[in-house]
Amino acid sequence: MQLTTKQRTRVDWFLTVLRVIAFLVIGAGFLAFVAQAINSDNPFARWANPDAINLTGEQLQGLVVTGLAQGAMYGLIALGYSMVYGVLGFINFAHGEVFMVGAMTGAITSSKLAEAGYWESSFVLCLLLVVVLSMVVCTVTAVIMERVAYRPLRGKPRLIPLITSIGVSFFLQNCVLVLLGSTVKSYPDLPNWLTDKRTFLEIQGSKILVLVVAALAMAGLWYLVEKTKTGKAMRAVAEDAEIASLMGIDVNRIIVKTFAVGGAMAGVAGILWGLLFRSVVHTTGFLPGIKAFSSAVVGGIGNLGGSMAGGLTIGVAESLGPLMILEPLGVSGPSQLRDAVAFAVLIIVLLVRPSGIFGERLPSEERT
Amino acid sequence: MSRYKILGLIRLGRLSIPFVVALLAVFALLATSCGNDDDDGSGGRVDALGDGSLGIVTVAEGESIQIRSLNAISGPVAFLGLPNQRAIELAIADYGAVMGFSVDLGTPLDDLCSPEGGQAAAQTIVADEQVIGVIGTSCSGAAVAAAPLVTEAGMVMISPSNTSPALTSDFEGNAGANYSVGYYRTAHNDVVQGAAMANFVFSELGVDNAAAIHDGDPYTQGLAQAFRNSFEELGGTVSGFTGINKGDTDMVPALTEVAGGSPGALFFPIFQPEGDFIAGQAPTVSGLESTQLLAADGLLVDEFLALGDSEGMYFSGPDLRFGTNMNQSTGQNADQILAAYNQAHGEAPSAAFWGHSYDATTLLLDAIAAASWVEDGDLYIDRAGVRQHLNSVSGYRGITGTLSCDDFGDCASPKITIIHHESSAAIEASKNNVVYSYP
Repeated sequence: MQLTTKQRTRVDWFLTVLRVIAFLVIGAGFLAFVAQAINSDNPFARWANPDAINLTGEQLQGLVVTGLAQGAMYGLIALGYSMVYGVLGFINFAHGEVFMVGAMTGAITSSKLAEAGYWESSFVLCLLLVVVLSMVVCTVTAVIMERVAYRPLRGKPRLIPLITSIGVSFFLQNCVLVLLGSTVKSYPDLPNWLTDKRTFLEIQGSKILVLVVAALAMAGLWYLVEKTKTGKAMRAVAEDAEIASLMGIDVNRIIVKTFAVGGAMAGVAGILWGLLFRSVVHTTGFLPGIKAFSSAVVGGIGNLGGSMAGGLTIGVAESLGPLMILEPLGVSGPSQLRDAVAFAVLIIVLLVRPSGIFGERLPSEERT
Repeated sequence: MSRYKILGLIRLGRLSIPFVVALLAVFALLATSCGNDDDDGSGGRVDALGDGSLGIVTVAEGESIQIRSLNAISGPVAFLGLPNQRAIELAIADYGAVMGFSVDLGTPLDDLCSPEGGQAAAQTIVADEQVIGVIGTSCSGAAVAAAPLVTEAGMVMISPSNTSPALTSDFEGNAGANYSVGYYRTAHNDVVQGAAMANFVFSELGVDNAAAIHDGDPYTQGLAQAFRNSFEELGGTVSGFTGINKGDTDMVPALTEVAGGSPGALFFPIFQPEGDFIAGQAPTVSGLESTQLLAADGLLVDEFLALGDSEGMYFSGPDLRFGTNMNQSTGQNADQILAAYNQAHGEAPSAAFWGHSYDATTLLLDAIAAASWVEDGDLYIDRAGVRQHLNSVSGYRGITGTLSCDDFGDCASPKITIIHHESSAAIEASKNNVVYSYP
C-alpha cells in the first residue's frame, strides 16, 4: 500500500514537471512574440531568434480567421466522433473517410454542374444542391457502415468495433481510389463574392460562409439533441442502453439515427472543405479525421459543444502556434511543425484536464 | 596435435601417383585461367573494360542480360514513372542484342516515390546477382534509399528523372550528401534549374526580393535551396524560406511566414495537391496579394494548369524541344520514338522524362557492351568495366542532347526552359509558351 502511494506521487511529480515545462515554453515563446509586437527591436524579442519576423495586425487576423475556419471544420467532423462515442462508447475511426466521401461527391457534382454552365449562372442553388447531395451520400455511407460493419459486433468488447473501424477506413479510402483514381479532383472556381475579401474586417467571403454554416449546423444539432423526441431518446440510450430499451426505445433505430446525423455533419464539412481548399484526393480524410478526433478528445468526448470548442481550439492553435510561439523561440521551419502543435495541444489539455475541457470525470468502472 | 600430423603423413604417403598428377594438372589449369583475366590470353577478352574488382557476371549461352527498371508506376506519381518505364522498354527493343545476347528487363519495379518504396525494391534487385544495372528511380526521395544498396552490390544505377543536387554534386566539386559511387543520371541537376529560375526572376522579371517554399522532400528542398543560392549570388534577397508538410491543406501560416519579407516573387517547386492550396491561398494573405507565383515541373501537369488560380504563373522545367536530335546507339530521333510510344500505348507520354529514360538505357547497354566478352559461348560482364565506361562518357549524342558524365555521375546536357501559363483554358498553348531558356 505504501509502495503504491509512493509510486503515485512520483508519477504526479513527473506530470507536474511536464506541465510546468509546457507552460514555460509556451509562455516564453508568447512573451517573446508580445515583446516583438510592442517594439520589434526589443532585446527580449530578439533573444532566441534574431531574425524573427514581425507579424502585422492584418496578418495576425488572417491567421486567426483561417484557424477558426479550419477549426470549425474539425469541429463538424468531431461531432460525428463524439455522437457515436456518446451512444455506443467506441471511436469510429472511419468517420474521417465519410467526410472525404462527402468532399469527393461535392467535387464531382460541382464540376459537372460547372460543365453544364449552371454553377456560374445560379451558384446558390447549385451549392444547395451539392450540399444536400453530399449530405445524402454521407448519411447513406454512414448508415450502411453501421449496418454491415458495426451492428454484428454489438455487445462485443469495445476494442473489436474500434479495430473494425480502422479496417472500414482503409476499405472506403481504397474504394474511392479504385472508383475515381488517384488524381486530384478540383472544385470549379467560386464566384467573386466568395473569393474576394469582404469589407467587413477584410475577411474572405468563403471563410465567413464556413463559419456561418458551421454555426447553423451546430445550432440545428443542438436543437435535435436537446429539444426533440429523437434527441431525448439518443440521450437516454447514451445514459443506459439497457434501461432505455426497457422504456420502449428502439435502441437500434436510435443508433442508426446517430450514425445518420454524424454522416450528414461530415457531408456538410466535406463541402465546406471543398469551398475553402478546392482540391480533394482519396487520402484527404485521414489527417482531418485524426485532428477531429483529437478535437473531440480535447473538448471532452461525448460532449457536442465541447467537440466544436475543441475543433476551434486545435484549428486556431495550429494556425497561430508555429508563428507565435515556435518562431520567436528560434525553431527553424516552424510551419512544418503545425501538426506537432495540434497534437501538443491535445497532450497539454489531457495533462491538465484528463477528461477534456468540457468532459465529465467518469467513475473508474465506466471509463474502460 | 601430433597425432593428426602423423595421420596426415600416413595419408600423404599412401597417395597414388595418378592422383598426384591429376592434382598438379588442376593447379596448372587454375593458374592459366587466372592468368586469362589479367592478360589477353586465349579467351575472348580482348579489349573489354574493367579490372574485375567488382566481380564478373557470367551470362550462360541462351540466357539474357539482366537489367531492371525502378520507377514510380503506381499511386499519385505514376504519371511521372510510367513514361520512363515505357521508354526503357522501347530503347531495349530498338537497341537489339548486346554482344549477341538479348536484354531482359524482368518485372518492372515500383519505387512508390518514397524512400521506403525505393529501399524495398532495391533489396529485391540486389538479391539477384545477375543484374548489371538499374534504370531509375523516378523520385529523388526513393533514390536516397535505393542508390546505396544498388551501388554497393556492384551494380550501376542510372536515373532518368532524379534531379536533387544531394544525389550527385553541387557542380563545385563537393559531393552531395547522398552521393554513391556507381550512381549516374541523365536528368538535369537542380542546381541548374534553380539557377535558371533565379536568373529569370532577377534579370527578366526584375524582382530582387523573393521567397521559396518546399515540402521537405529531397527534390523540392534541393531545388528551393538551389534557387536560394543562385538568387543570392546574383545579388537578390531571399526574404523567406520555409517548408510545409505533405498532406497540409491550410497554407496560410506558411504563407504568412514568408509574407513578412514582402517578396516580389514566390517559388514553390512542390506537387499537387499542396501546390493547389498555395496557389489558391497566397493571394488572400496580406503581403502576398501581388506576388508573382512560380513553380517547377512537378506542378506542370494538366490538373494544375486547369485551375484558375494557376493562371499567370511561370514554370521551370527541362527543355523538351528535342528537334532532330538522334540517339547515336539506335539511330532513332524523338519523333520516331514518340510515334512508337503512341502506337504501343495509345497516348503521349504524361511526363517530361521519356527521352532521358531512353538515353539512360542506351548508355547502360553501351557500357555493358564495352565491358563484356564472349568465351565458349558464354558472356562475361565486368561490373567495374561498366562503371569505367560510364565514367568516361563524353560527347554522347542522345535524344536529350549531348551527354558527358562528370566525376559525380551527372551526365545530362542540362537545358532549362521557363514557360508562362496565360490561360487555364489553353493548357497546350501554355506548355509551348517558352519565355526564357537557360543556359
